Amino acid sequence: MEFLRPDGLPDVLEARAAHPGALPLMGGTDVMVALNFDRRRPDALLDLTRAPELTAWDHVDGMVRLGAGVTYSRVIDELATELPGLAIASRTVGSPQIRNRGTVGGNLGAASPAGDSHPALLAGFAEVELASRDGVRRVPVDEFFTGVKQHAGRGDELVTAVWIRPATGPQQFSKIGTRNAMVIAVTSFGLALHPDREQVGTGLGSAAPTPRRARDAEEFLGAELDWSARRDIRDSVAAEFARLVATAASPIDDVRGTAAYRRHALAVMARRCLSWAWAEHQGRRH
Amino acid sequence: MRITLTVNGEQRQADDVWEGESLLHVLRERMGLPGSKNACEQGECGSCTIYLDGTTCCACLVAAGQAHGRDVVTVEGLSARGPATEGAGTARPVAGPVTGPVTGPVTGPPDAGEALHPVQQAFLDAGAVQCGFCTPGLLVATHDLLTRDPDPDDAEIREALSGNLCRCTGYEKILDAVRLAAGRMG
Ligand SMILES: Cc1cc2nc3c(=O)[nH]c(=O)nc-3n(C[C@H](O)[C@H](O)[C@H](O)COP(=O)(O)OP(=O)(O)OC[C@H]3O[C@@H](n4cnc5c(N)ncnc54)[C@H](O)[C@@H]3O)c2cc1C
Ligand code: FES
Ligand code: FES
Repeated sequence: MEFLRPDGLPDVLEARAAHPGALPLMGGTDVMVALNFDRRRPDALLDLTRAPELTAWDHVDGMVRLGAGVTYSRVIDELATELPGLAIASRTVGSPQIRNRGTVGGNLGAASPAGDSHPALLAGFAEVELASRDGVRRVPVDEFFTGVKQHAGRGDELVTAVWIRPATGPQQFSKIGTRNAMVIAVTSFGLALHPDREQVGTGLGSAAPTPRRARDAEEFLGAELDWSARRDIRDSVAAEFARLVATAASPIDDVRGTAAYRRHALAVMARRCLSWAWAEHQGRRH
Repeated sequence: MRITLTVNGEQRQADDVWEGESLLHVLRERMGLPGSKNACEQGECGSCTIYLDGTTCCACLVAAGQAHGRDVVTVEGLSARGPATEGAGTARPVAGPVTGPVTGPVTGPPDAGEALHPVQQAFLDAGAVQCGFCTPGLLVATHDLLTRDPDPDDAEIREALSGNLCRCTGYEKILDAVRLAAGRMG
């Protein structure tokens, strides 16, 4: 095995192109488990931690450009106001030790259907920045996930950043697990209200082969909400929203839960997230 | 490969490190620092908790090569690093009730190696150590918590220690120890 530790992003992208078999390594919270248990033996490891470009975040063109190597702890400490949905989701990841090392880019790289950052990124209409030696492109996050643990990045590309609009309204995230810490989601749900565009964003985790949006639910709710007068949401509207979220899922039965349980839980989480978010939206009027 | 890093304030080097090796393995097997424990090797138990560039993490999930040129503090480095309070300088030697034949002096002036950080002393005094396997990780996690927040409430303590598993104590004594350490250091 080789250990590649290039300094700076240009050299990292060179190394990526020159060593297609090298496994990218950021926080290592997925990669090292696989190595320790002999589940993976890549030809080489490509250490990304020496590229400061990846561990920075910034405001660009009215958006937050979040470097792929920014840890969950930093999202919580530095971005809770601008990216509340992602910060709430980040607080549920693993433990303090895992949040200090684990990154949003690593979560995207692993592309697990259960990745906790994904519902928030989907609901926030984020874009994933992919870069190679030959150029940079941006992919909407709902086109990024292509299959179970598969994503749209090519072999010579890396996830270099995520682009997200700072929140213009309330955002929520909810996750079902057996305890508060250190659990992979049985199923999870992210919601973002975008009052500036009168749009609703959703993200479903552990509910299908890939994280996904519930587009019918988004459209329905976006049209029903009384964005400016902020009147209470009718029960029938909340119930229909919850139903549409649950039908957007195609969950499986596995050791963590049954498909039926997951659908039920999604409907409950959708309704709860909506009631929390709408209460916040109503409160902001004063 | 060769890696060089600072461990507990000293420049250290390890040769013939396997590229897929964890920092935990290097610390324990190559540098003679077995304080950080290896229990799960998958980030679940926290018994390998260390500081890497001032931030706590699981040493089992850091590739050794990633630690090259970085600054590591292990449980062995806590007492040297901690605030120079009375407790740290004049700590009693780590001698519980003596059982079995006494082969050497068990009490007496503590040497430098026996000086404990107040967090360590609190764990002993509160009875928060049984088999001791989880203890080093809990000490580092507690040290980190009290550095950031000298007066945490119970919810904050539980949250800060949520990445550390203990199979013996049932956690109550551990919470007592953290409160005791906070009180003594505050
Ligand atoms: C104890 C424990 C608890 C956990 N709990 C949770 C949890 O609650 N929720 C959750 O979502 N996850 C959890 N995880 C999984 C893991 O922490 C996350 O997926 C994390 O986001 C991975 O980030 P990383 O930087 O550590 O990734 P790494 O392990 O470094 O990499 C992960 C994958 O992404 C690839 N990769 C890394 N960076 C890039 C990049 N820039 N471009 C392209 N590919 C890249 C790697 O090659 C690898 O395939 C947990 C893991 C552990 C060990
Ligand atoms: S040995 Fe590292 S967390 Fe358990
Ligand atoms: S004292 Fe034995 S595991 Fe905690």
